[in-house]
Parts: sequence; C-alpha cells; structure tokens
Amino acid sequence: MNNTYLFISILIMILVTYIPRSLPILLIKKKFDNKFVKSFFYYVPYTVLASLTFPSILYFTDSIYLSIVGTLSSLIISLITDKMYVTVGLSVVIVYVLSFII
Amino acid sequence: MFMKKEELLRGIKNGIPIGLSYFSVSFAFGIMASSGLSPLVSTFISFTNLTSSGQYAGVKLILAYASYFEIFLAVLLINLRYLLMSFSLSQKLDPNISLIKRMILSYGVTDEIYALAIKEKKEVTFDYFLGLMIAPVVCWTLGTLSGSLLSNIFSERLLSALGILLYSMFISIIMPDAKRNKNVLIIILISIALSCILEYIPIFNSLGMGFRLIISAVISSTIGALIFPIKEEREELTNE
Repeated sequence: MNNTYLFISILIMILVTYIPRSLPILLIKKKFDNKFVKSFFYYVPYTVLASLTFPSILYFTDSIYLSIVGTLSSLIISLITDKMYVTVGLSVVIVYVLSFII
Repeated sequence: MFMKKEELLRGIKNGIPIGLSYFSVSFAFGIMASSGLSPLVSTFISFTNLTSSGQYAGVKLILAYASYFEIFLAVLLINLRYLLMSFSLSQKLDPNISLIKRMILSYGVTDEIYALAIKEKKEVTFDYFLGLMIAPVVCWTLGTLSGSLLSNIFSERLLSALGILLYSMFISIIMPDAKRNKNVLIIILISIALSCILEYIPIFNSLGMGFRLIISAVISSTIGALIFPIKEEREELTNE
C-alpha cells in the first residue's frame, strides 16, 4: 500500500473523528437552563445507542436467524443482569456455539 | 488534592468494564485490519481514532483504495453523533475546566464513556472523566495490537460471532435504565422504530448511515423532551 495515501487517509480519519467530538465542548461554556434542552439531552444517549443497534444488529452475521438469536440473547441477558461484561461475554459464547447448528 | 485523586480513582474503576468490552471489539478490529495493514498502523489508528464504527468504515475504505473525499465524508457522517454527545456533555462539565483540559477530554468522547459520564448526578469533573478514559484507551489500543498480531489463529466462525460484541455492549448500556424507567423505554422504542423506517423505506436509504442515525436520535429525543420532560433531574436519572 502506498504510504502517502495511507498517511493522508489516516490523518483525515483522525480529524473528522476529533472535530465533532471537541467543537461543542471547546466552544460552549454556557449552561442552558431550559427544561426542554435538558430533557432533550437526557434522552440523547439512549436514542443514539438504540438507533446504532437497531436494525443493524440483525445483520451482524450472514445468517439472519443466528443474528436474531444473538439479539434475543443479548436482550434477555441484559434484562437479568446489569453487568456489561456478562451480557457481552455470554452473547458471544451463545452465538459461537449456535453457529455450529444454525 | 485528596478529593481530586478520589475522583480520578472512581473514574478509573467505572471505566474498567468499558475497557474490557473495548478490548474484545478492538481485537476484532485488529483482525479485520490485518488483511491489509501492518499491526503498527492498525494500532496507531485505534489509538488516535478511539472509535468503533468510524474506524471500521475508514479502514474498509482504505483497503478498497477509496478516494480521500469518500473517506472524509463517510467517517464524518458516522461521527456526527459525537456533536450531539459533545454538546450534551458541555452542559454537564464543570465550567471552570481549562481549554487544554477540554481538548484532552474531547478525545475521550465515545458512545460508552459519554453514556457513563452523563449519568453523573453532579457536574462532571476533569479528573473523573480522565479516569473514565484510561482503561478504555489502553484496552482499545492493546486490543487492536493483539488482534492484528494473532489474527491467523482465529477461525472465520469465531470472528463472525465476535460481530455481536459492539451491539451487545450498546444494549447493556441502555437496558438498565430502560428496565427501571418506562419513559426511557418508550423513547428507546420510538427511536428503534424510526431507525428501522429510515433504513427500510427506500427514499430515506440514500441518506448516509450517519444522517439516518442523527435524524432518528434527534426526532426521538425531541419527542421525549416534549411528552416526558424531566422533572427533578436527580429523581429522574435513577428512578429506583
């Protein structure tokens, strides 16, 4: 692979990752004491993560059935426990084992 | 001084579960990247980017010799959500944090670190946020290094199973609050519905993934703010 191409590409990735992350934190010091704004931002983490997950999770393997089983496993395990590594670890194991069958 | 150290340690401790999950996701990234990049380059990308989906997309494009503009646009769109998170965090940060410190904190704005920091009931201090970043940054970097060095000992089957890691991590971040707070659950379901509509209805499909994500998150958060405005921040955040 051409080194210049690689270098410039990586530099672009670094910039377009860091800039969206930093601009508001660097520029906005004012606190909005507005109920709507506060409520809106209260929901942002949930809606971003939920939209990142669905429907993409249904296609994480080539088999839709296996993906659905994996999705259900993660949902059910996370209903039972709040521990992230338990949910993540068990889900991978279940999907791996079932991939021999499905 | 004592207080600060305590905050840092509390951050480090809370960041460890994220770090563990990051290690495995990043390991999978290392394996993927090793098909065309050297372990050192992949590790450098992980250390400097510290993000999952943007990095995956960027490296896939690099491996396909895409144009600079394509890389720029695709990675930017995927990362636009960080604008929202960073804005939200700006409301929660201690206003006395200096510019340099803000520049350091910004590097650590990832989906998971953000989600954890924003749950703080009081203002987020520099030391706490810095603490939160440590395990994830170390694990994300070392995960890619290990993955790219050990790539050939892993089977196709295991790699495919590792694909659920990232999503499983997202689910385990939002589920604890969805279980305990019906308003949060309803808004999550609305955002999932929107995200599916945007994905499956052909007219919206031409919007990139990044735009679809932002539209779905902004609309559903707005609905949340309109129909379930938070009352007492303290009460609503835990609601136990």
